Amino acid sequence: MKVKVLSRNPDDYVRETQYDIQRVPRNYDPSLHPFEVPREYARALNATKLERVFAKPFLASLDGHRDGVHCLAKHRTSLSTLLSGSCDGQVKVWNLTERDVCALSKHTKDLCVEIVVRFCGTSFFTVGDDKTIKQWKMEAPAYGEEEEPLNTILGKTVFTGLDHHQKEGVFATCGQQVDIWDEQRSSPIRSFTWGVDSFSSVRFNPVETELLASCGSDRSVVLYDMRESTPLRKVIMKMRTNTVCWNPMEAYYFTSANEDYNLYTYDMRHLDKPVMVHMDHVSAVLDVDYSPTGREFVSASFDKTIRIFPKNAGHSREVYHTKRMQHVICVKWSSDNKYVLSGSDEMNIRLWKANAAEKLGVLSPRERQATNYNQKLKEKFQYHPQIRRIARHRHLPKNIYHQAKELRVMKAARHRKESNVRKHSKPGTVPLVAEKEKHVVTVVK
Amino acid sequence: MGKLRERKVSSKKANKHPVEAEMKEEEEEEEEEDEVRSDDEDSDEDERKRHKLVEAIRALSGKRKKPLVERSEAAVLMSEFTVAPGSDGDRVQLSELIGTVEQTPSVPSRATKQLKNLEHSNRTVECPLSRQESERIHRDVAFQRTASEVSRWSSTISHNQRVEQQVFPLHQEPLAPRPVERVVSGWKPQTPLEQEVMALLSANKQPITNPVLTPVEEASMKAMSLEEAKIRRAELQKARALQSYYESKTRRERKIKSKKYHRVQNKGKRKEFLKQFDAMVEKDPGAALEELQKMEVARMKERMSLKHQNSGKWARSKAVMAKYDEGARRAMQQQLEVNKDLTQKLVSTLDQEEKEEEEEEEEVAAEGAAGDVHNPWMRGKLSEDPSEREDQQSVEVDVKETENAAEEEEEEEDEEAEEAALLREFERKRRERHVQKAEPEVFETVEKLLVQADHTHNSALEEGLMRIRTVEDLEELPADPEPPLPEAPPPSEPEPPAPPITAPKAGKKRKGIQLKEVLTKETEVIDVGLKPTTEDQEDQDQESGQRGLIKEAFAGDDVISDFLKEKRKQEDEGRPKDLDLTLPGWGEWGGTGLKPSRKKRRRFRVKAPPPPPRKDQQLPSVIISEKRNGALSLHQINSLPFPFESHAQFQSTMRSPLGRTWNTERTVKKVTKPRVITRLGAIIEPMSKEELVKDRKNKCNL
Repeated sequence: MKVKVLSRNPDDYVRETQYDIQRVPRNYDPSLHPFEVPREYARALNATKLERVFAKPFLASLDGHRDGVHCLAKHRTSLSTLLSGSCDGQVKVWNLTERDVCALSKHTKDLCVEIVVRFCGTSFFTVGDDKTIKQWKMEAPAYGEEEEPLNTILGKTVFTGLDHHQKEGVFATCGQQVDIWDEQRSSPIRSFTWGVDSFSSVRFNPVETELLASCGSDRSVVLYDMRESTPLRKVIMKMRTNTVCWNPMEAYYFTSANEDYNLYTYDMRHLDKPVMVHMDHVSAVLDVDYSPTGREFVSASFDKTIRIFPKNAGHSREVYHTKRMQHVICVKWSSDNKYVLSGSDEMNIRLWKANAAEKLGVLSPRERQATNYNQKLKEKFQYHPQIRRIARHRHLPKNIYHQAKELRVMKAARHRKESNVRKHSKPGTVPLVAEKEKHVVTVVK
Repeated sequence: MGKLRERKVSSKKANKHPVEAEMKEEEEEEEEEDEVRSDDEDSDEDERKRHKLVEAIRALSGKRKKPLVERSEAAVLMSEFTVAPGSDGDRVQLSELIGTVEQTPSVPSRATKQLKNLEHSNRTVECPLSRQESERIHRDVAFQRTASEVSRWSSTISHNQRVEQQVFPLHQEPLAPRPVERVVSGWKPQTPLEQEVMALLSANKQPITNPVLTPVEEASMKAMSLEEAKIRRAELQKARALQSYYESKTRRERKIKSKKYHRVQNKGKRKEFLKQFDAMVEKDPGAALEELQKMEVARMKERMSLKHQNSGKWARSKAVMAKYDEGARRAMQQQLEVNKDLTQKLVSTLDQEEKEEEEEEEEVAAEGAAGDVHNPWMRGKLSEDPSEREDQQSVEVDVKETENAAEEEEEEEDEEAEEAALLREFERKRRERHVQKAEPEVFETVEKLLVQADHTHNSALEEGLMRIRTVEDLEELPADPEPPLPEAPPPSEPEPPAPPITAPKAGKKRKGIQLKEVLTKETEVIDVGLKPTTEDQEDQDQESGQRGLIKEAFAGDDVISDFLKEKRKQEDEGRPKDLDLTLPGWGEWGGTGLKPSRKKRRRFRVKAPPPPPRKDQQLPSVIISEKRNGALSLHQINSLPFPFESHAQFQSTMRSPLGRTWNTERTVKKVTKPRVITRLGAIIEPMSKEELVKDRKNKCNL
């Protein structure tokens, strides 16, 4: 006689060890899971709302300077170290994890213009408006030892900018001319001049390490090659450029922070037209720094805000401000792509999250999966008006809000007038000029 | 660059000219000086006067004053370089200079040629470029060079922009644990045990710093050159490919459902085996004996097992159908044959086997019902009508005969065609024949069968009809007798299965009654007629009862017409209205009871355009509302967003869900992987030039 019994293979439902995931039988039959689009839409909406709820970007404020913070410098090899120089000539080395000063050095009586850390991270250079370049040790002086620079170079003119080569013992300063210095020598190995103007900042290209860019007071951005005897090319814009920053992942792109409230991303091979115009600030942009992934950059403005722009978007994705933060002079993006640091007029350095709603620290696998899924949902449904409305919403201080509105109205009026002129004049006499082309005056070869 | 070089040369040429001119001037001055020296001896005053005079003359000539050059004695020593006041006096010709050049052997001939050309040419040399211009050229050249150098990155950059996921930092050290020796580089054995172990290791040439490979292994790794490795890889690939071909071939063959094909194949194999066996008997009797024993064991196993005993699931399912399906019956018999073959003692030749098979088949066919008594799965047959059985048997025999004939033919053919290609051809032929010949035959026989069955059935039903009438369920009746009258049923219609469904019922019913086999034939027949009809009646009663109940419940309302009315109303509402713009009393008399004229009404009526076709136009039983839902439009997109090119593209991306409710784990992981991954607490260095090299290497490999 044959007896029929229910038989199940334990391999189908028993875990091998207790640490394995439970086997969950799933039925993916689409008829059992209807309304996938509306359900995912609801999830995306919730995710977007939660993102706004959790968006708390401000982490810490480092106070201790006795004057406005004029310059910041990232450490090349340590994430937790930050250097800052203030308008009273004081240089501080901060430990970010403890949010405390770990070393302090007095540069001069006057303004400390620029700080830059050597690539090895053991020393740093400063320039001030006392015509000196000084090299300092990174460590604090031992007890009883006096704080003294390792090396001092006395220049002929005032220096206004400084940057160090990515890998070699070479640095560049700017003032009346752009000088390239060898660390071992007391006179520049090369000087570039083009006209008689003074320069406000100089930056080395981190990828093509022999290239430099500087901003001149004749509203120009000048490119140099360290190996050539002459500058390469110069682009003159309608208003003055304050700083430039090279993209650390894309060798030929750089972004310039301009006085006309905009930032311009250029391809260095085609200077006649910027690749992208980034607008949103309502006052002069004072500093810009790329994220180490090269996909975004952060800008500091005189309008007391920091904005984060995707490199290929015309408008910012994020704006940071606090009630007490004054004109932001300098800004840096940390080398692990997680934080943004800003130094402002009211003597404070502020630490922000680069992604406002991101959870810091280690994520459990399920958390990570959930955040990834939510991120994708937000991306997928970003064009839907309700979701976009929530995702785009930011609180702005009253004056900035109204100023932005005013600028918008002005721009619209200009546009309207232009189109009216075009409408009432002979066809072809008033050509359409793209926004990108409006801001470049000439390219000087 | 070329241009630049040209210009430089020209500037050099230009420079040469002024130098010559200067030299000449100097000569003149010297002459003057010599004169001055001779006069020096006379007196100072004279000299001063003369000097004044000379100056005055110079001033007259308008030449700018040149400072007197004081010369030391060394200048006299340099006479070989200065041109002495020669025979001719003032001027030096270029040809004279060239003459000396021609004589000196160290000057290349090319240079002399160039000089000669220069002598003949009367062209004036262009003046050198201004500093600004030359600098501009330098800048331009430098910029072009740098731009082209920077453009190396363009492929890397565009690749990184397109790539779905980028992991930072770009240079990541492998996560695998590093050997301790590499971490602690300055380690030395200190304790005696450690020293002993180290001594042993070093004596045996065991790897110490890198414990993965011994020196011998490393040497062997190095020994295999690139070409060898490539050849070896190619070989391996080929072997793998061959294996996969073979696997897929066997899989394909196994999948072929044709019994006949497999039978032929098996037969071929058996033949082959027998041949081998015969050969073995002659060559190696021992091995043959072993083989025999193996076969014996296989036979014993088969006898022990229930294989091929018609007891499996498949066999049982066939047994149910066996009564009506010729094929099933044959299949079962074949299985039994196989069993018999396997359990029988060995037979030497194939011919015998075939004969036996045929005999068995005949036997089985002859036995028919008698054999089925012992086989519980064939019991269905027994319960049939004796007359029916007889008929069926005869039909069966007919079918079998035809089939056997066909089989014999095929077998003959088989023997002729041993090649595989032929086999295939044969298969195709057979299929064709099936379509042409065998099928009609089979169907004819089946038809006959059916007709007979129908007759019996009909008779039974007729009897039943009377009773049905008494129950007075007339509505159902006309439907029932229709199916059993297939005059010419098409072979592919689902008609043939219909009678088997009804028939098993009868069979089952009878099973219960089988105990009372004592009953006479007649009564049995009546029984068969009655039982199903009554049952059907009950069912019908039930159905009709329910329907009637519903009808009764909804007797008053005419749902369909209501629905139609509603639909028409909706349609009318949706239709745009005509606009009447007539103004009464305008252009004619107005007042109560006076209507505007028809002409006027017609003139001032604005006809509405025809509405777009409704979605439910073709659907009579559906109303689709065409009103727009305002609440929904808040959540809808007005225009196509930027990166998308068409609505279809956008909709398809929207429609595909991302979540794990709809997708498998792997898909979800793939779909939701983030664009950028950064490691916690790792410094992301700017892109280095190694990336470029890597990129190039990748390209080379591709």
